[in-house]
Amino acid sequence: MSDSHEPHGHKIPEGEEPRWVDHPENVEKIVRALFVLTGLTMAADFAYHKHGHFGFENIPGFHAFWGFGSFVFLVLVAIQLRKVVMRDEEYYGDGDG
Amino acid sequence: MVEALPPGLILVLGALIIPFLPKGADGRDVLGKTVMLVLPVLGFVQILLLPDGYSLTGTAFGLELELVRVDRLAKVWGYIFHIAALLSAIYALHVDDRLQHVTAVMYAGCAIGAVFAGDLITLFVYWEGTAITSVFLIWARRTERAYRVGMRYLVIQVASGVLLLAGTVLWVQGPGEGSVLFTTGAFSFETLGDAGPAALVILVAFGVKAAFPLLHNWMQDAYPESTPTGTVWLSAFTTKLAIYALARGYAGTDILIPIGATMTAFPIFYAVIVNDLRKVLAYSLNNQLGFMIVGVGIGTDMALNGTAAHAFSHILYKGLLFMSMGAVMHRVGTTKASELGGLWKSMPKTTFFCIIGAMSISAFPLFSGFISKSLILTAAAEEHMTITFLVLLFASAGVLDHSGIKVPFFAFFAHDSGKRCEEAPTNMLVAMAGAAALCVGLGMFPGPLYDLLPYQVDFNPYTTTHVITQLQLLFAAICAFVVLNKVGIYPHEIPSLNVDFDWTYRKGLPMLVGWIRRVGGGAWHGFTGASVATIRRGVDWVGTHAGPAGRLGEPWPTGATAFWAAVLLAAYLLLQFL
Repeated sequence: MSDSHEPHGHKIPEGEEPRWVDHPENVEKIVRALFVLTGLTMAADFAYHKHGHFGFENIPGFHAFWGFGSFVFLVLVAIQLRKVVMRDEEYYGDGDG
Repeated sequence: MVEALPPGLILVLGALIIPFLPKGADGRDVLGKTVMLVLPVLGFVQILLLPDGYSLTGTAFGLELELVRVDRLAKVWGYIFHIAALLSAIYALHVDDRLQHVTAVMYAGCAIGAVFAGDLITLFVYWEGTAITSVFLIWARRTERAYRVGMRYLVIQVASGVLLLAGTVLWVQGPGEGSVLFTTGAFSFETLGDAGPAALVILVAFGVKAAFPLLHNWMQDAYPESTPTGTVWLSAFTTKLAIYALARGYAGTDILIPIGATMTAFPIFYAVIVNDLRKVLAYSLNNQLGFMIVGVGIGTDMALNGTAAHAFSHILYKGLLFMSMGAVMHRVGTTKASELGGLWKSMPKTTFFCIIGAMSISAFPLFSGFISKSLILTAAAEEHMTITFLVLLFASAGVLDHSGIKVPFFAFFAHDSGKRCEEAPTNMLVAMAGAAALCVGLGMFPGPLYDLLPYQVDFNPYTTTHVITQLQLLFAAICAFVVLNKVGIYPHEIPSLNVDFDWTYRKGLPMLVGWIRRVGGGAWHGFTGASVATIRRGVDWVGTHAGPAGRLGEPWPTGATAFWAAVLLAAYLLLQFL
């Protein structure tokens, strides 16, 4: 399929009704709900006594910051890695992918 | 009665009946497929009935063998291997290929036999058995490429067995003192200096199958090349057998902690950028093995329980994820992310099951990964291993990226590829439903699994702290995905491949050999040419001087001969007086 490599081009076949998640404004609703949920779990840290094994675990929202930071770090490093290791699909000469 | 046959042999021998069964008049293989379904059930019942402490011994080549050893550690693996075999068999029911069915069931049987093997020779036989039977699941694609991938896979797998045998010989002649019994903790060592050569060689043998860093590429090479159903079988047994062997022989070996931690962190960078989603899952599998190996390295009761529990739940959710991608492969013909998207409209049930697998591997509360991985993380925290703990937490966010988000998102959502297909076949859906039910069941009611674990467990994963902190980690990581996607930083799916350490033997080594042939060949020709010329000159010289025309070739006069004889005799006489 070489016809579409643009990242977010929707290609719903002719005659097919778009579904709920095909509308960008609904995706936006999901994203907003996600942000609210994340905020709530972070706020919850003030409402109970944490039993962490390490001192740093008692920082409010520590796991959220660590999770967000880890994810961003992972992706940024992977993008750099791609520059070094990415090859054409036929690199090994046996149609590897 | 149940002891009559060692565990695993029900499957190995039972599968051999399948080729001799008649097929129906319409060509349907009802009998063969029934046998394939019944064998894992029979084997499971056998494990249920075998008492702890049961042992079957024998002698061969003057060595004491323990063909069967039943204890709690072996039984956990015994149960889950049978469950995996049954689910995989259901998943493969639509396939009419007896070669795959027979070798797959034998493969599962060998893995089960290996888990219950009480000595290194028996372990070796089953160990090689898993290699030889499983390669057919790759070759079953019946393409030139699958043939080549299968050969690479087979060489590496068999080499692992050869190393195991070499290590066994070293062990028997050294610290084993003539015994080949594979006792618990037999090879554990404190530092590399303490480890004898036998323990190190066997560690590498296990490490190949467990996909240690730099020994791992056979998995990412082979698993995406198997058939849609074959990969599901492959994902369950080989690597988890290696984890069992490590847990049995190397518990508490410190070096396994950095090795395992590297495995949790290193493959996930690749998982972010790999295009083939089955290959993404292979990298993700590598990362999950890392958690289990850290557990073995920590070696406390809680950590080893964590390894066993995580192997158990991992086999289910990883199998489920491979099943969902196998269904996509079966219907669409590819699992390349760059060619997929929007499939939820065609395959809503498969999408649903895939998401359950994704939430389980991401360790959402109420799913199986949550109740097993937390044992390992808690064990690391209790031993105050700060760096290990933080690396595992980083890797947990990474799991969420590749298996939790990337696989379901790019296959079933993302941008609509416009592809429309049928829902997965019923048997595939049944197998996925079974695996999904177990993932959720274990997550909600971990008690029965905890009761199976090798050591007494006093652990409750559902504390407020644990649930809240885990949700924070996961939700915040999803937020990171959304943000990176929105600003356009998240890597797009590009048709490509990524070179990994396998470059060394697929490209580097052939290049080196070619270079040696070119450069070395010239030198060799120069060397042989010069040598021949030297020898020829020597022969010519002898010919000139000793030939018919040469000075040495002349006939000597009698007088000269008598003179030289007299000189020799005189010299001899003189020597007598000295």
